[in-house]
Amino acid sequence: MKEAFWMIPLFPAVGALGLLVFGSRLRRGAVSFLGCLTVLASFLLSLASFLGLSATAAAGGGPRIKVLFDWLDAGRLSAGLSFQFDALTAVMALVVTGVSFVIHVYSVGYMKGDRSYARYFGLLNLFVFSMLLLVMASNMIVLFIGWEGVGLCSYLLIGFWFEKPAAAAAGKKAFLINRIGDAAFLVGILFLVLFVGGTEFRLIERAALNGELGAGAATLIGLLLFAGACGKSAQLPLYVWLPDAMEGPTPVSALIHAATMVTAGVYMVARLNPLYSLSPAALETVAVVGAATAVFAATMACVQNDIKRVLAYSTISQLGYMFIGCGVGAYAAGIFHLFTHAFFKSLLFLSAGSVMHALSGELDIRRMGGLRRHLPLTYAAFLTGTIAISGVPFFSGFFSKDAILTKAFASGRHVVWALGLLAAVMTAFYMFRLLLRVFHGQERLEPSAKARLHESPPVMTVPLLILAFCSAAGGYLSLPVVFGKGLDRFPRYLESVILPGAEAHLSRGTEWLLIATSTAVALVGIVLAFLFYGRRTVVPETLIRTFPRLYRLVADKYYIDELYGAVIVNPLLRGSEAVYRDFDVRVIDGAVNGAARLTARAGKGLNVLQTGRVRDYALALLVGVLIVVGFLVL
Amino acid sequence: MIPASWFLALSGVLFALGVLAFLIKKDLLLMFLAVEVMLNAANLAFVAFARRHGLLEGQAAVFFIITVAAAEAAVGLAIILLVFRRKKTVKADEISVLKG
Repeated sequence: MKEAFWMIPLFPAVGALGLLVFGSRLRRGAVSFLGCLTVLASFLLSLASFLGLSATAAAGGGPRIKVLFDWLDAGRLSAGLSFQFDALTAVMALVVTGVSFVIHVYSVGYMKGDRSYARYFGLLNLFVFSMLLLVMASNMIVLFIGWEGVGLCSYLLIGFWFEKPAAAAAGKKAFLINRIGDAAFLVGILFLVLFVGGTEFRLIERAALNGELGAGAATLIGLLLFAGACGKSAQLPLYVWLPDAMEGPTPVSALIHAATMVTAGVYMVARLNPLYSLSPAALETVAVVGAATAVFAATMACVQNDIKRVLAYSTISQLGYMFIGCGVGAYAAGIFHLFTHAFFKSLLFLSAGSVMHALSGELDIRRMGGLRRHLPLTYAAFLTGTIAISGVPFFSGFFSKDAILTKAFASGRHVVWALGLLAAVMTAFYMFRLLLRVFHGQERLEPSAKARLHESPPVMTVPLLILAFCSAAGGYLSLPVVFGKGLDRFPRYLESVILPGAEAHLSRGTEWLLIATSTAVALVGIVLAFLFYGRRTVVPETLIRTFPRLYRLVADKYYIDELYGAVIVNPLLRGSEAVYRDFDVRVIDGAVNGAARLTARAGKGLNVLQTGRVRDYALALLVGVLIVVGFLVL
Repeated sequence: MIPASWFLALSGVLFALGVLAFLIKKDLLLMFLAVEVMLNAANLAFVAFARRHGLLEGQAAVFFIITVAAAEAAVGLAIILLVFRRKKTVKADEISVLKG
């Protein structure tokens, strides 16, 4: 049992294989049962391993490692298919399997009428498997396999309804943009092999602590790996795939945003914390990119009218927070925000899915409103999620966000801290805007949608309630120090993995002040939202009229997609076309066709020899014989 | 006794005549005949050498060649017959389907 943790990823792998190969022949009930059961088994095994780990943690000792077999062994590079289980892995495995299980159950209701039911669950299982591979790897090579695996699964699931051109394009976009980051990530791994001589996490940690790894090398590797994280975790400038990823089924969005995929970058940075701690420049970059993304994405979330896109930009913004946490050296705070975010973001997405389900697929919040009377359970769930993400005191988001902001302030990066506060105001604002537009105010429904309005079945609402509970209560695992000693269980649990850095301690007064600031900021955002969208929407309309240019700029997403199109995609397309026209057709094809033409010409020239007359052949034979004999004799 | 070189000279003359006939004649049957002449020229050379060196292998080879020539004549004449049936001619120059 002590070594059984390596089987955690095995269950979803078996499920994925079974469902993708034989799924179309199974009945729907069997598919749902198998799909959910494998993830549940994974979750229970994670829980057992977690409890086993806690029991032995007192005895000390490093992480548990299970090497299944040596896979690569070439020169300096050697990698085994090996898994590792320590505190950080335990947290990640529990979040991934736990949230995924809830989403699987929800999907049973949400995807009920879909044609490719088995393919959906097979891919979902494959996604969970890839993510588990990623978080349980004990070296960068296996992590990279999982890293690419989630990229592949996101492509397959975002483009799940591939008959829809927008969905197919979104899947392709996600895949290609991830590829850009992954290229840098791979180069980072190769440098790691070069400088450290291996990719095992223990080896990296030892090299970093012994001083074998210089600050310059650490900066280089850290930045390259972070570029990969920017792609996977949707940070500036590679975030553009995530809003488009909303084309996939809503539970998939919940899965991508909460449990699998986008958290991979944060996990990677936290996992390699000894390396990042060596390099102030890399950390500075992480923090600044995180803060910039948090604010940038939040501004776009404020003006979007698509319920899922608002949530998508909100995810980008919250991921920025996690990177702020990692960048200021508070890795545990970053992971803690990842943990709470997993609950409330999956809750918000699944509630949004429930709204869409009730409204026959409506996404535009301008055609919603007043739904709280019709969808009471969904409303309660969405409200909990909104409060949690906005940072209202005593809900989970408050504690995790506050931990990051406090650490950012304590580390002396006041600009980053201020940006974080700004993003927090906007977070509270856009989330309550969403809540008010969807559930309060006048009903602005389409008549056809109103006729079929209904609350979702229990298979969808029960997962919402579970997640709502976790969103509300998840924060109590780590309370601020001022609330009392020893209440910060979460960071202390991670101490075996995340090396405590030199922490600047703040006075009690300052801490209280910071907490009060965070609270005030959240409340300001909420009050603004009520002023803007509470009864009538006079204020925002006036603002739009006053600053039409600014509004269009933000509403059109700063024309970033257009910019990328003009600067990167179009020149590439044009260039490829030019190369095709001028080089491929003329030079390459010309050479090939020329060779063929030469052969044909030569054949035509030589075929006069082929007269078909026997006597000519006989004469040639005779001449040949005479020449040979002549040579032999003379 | 007639020296072996005379036989060899005769053999050479016969072979040259065969080649010449094969190249000049247009009739398949006559060309076939020319081939036979060349074969017999070879036979003569074989027995001449066999007698000169007092060995039997050369004479044995002649028997083989005669046998093979008989078989070849059967097959060859049959082919010529079939060609005639199909093309209504045995003129070699008119049968040139292999022309490139």
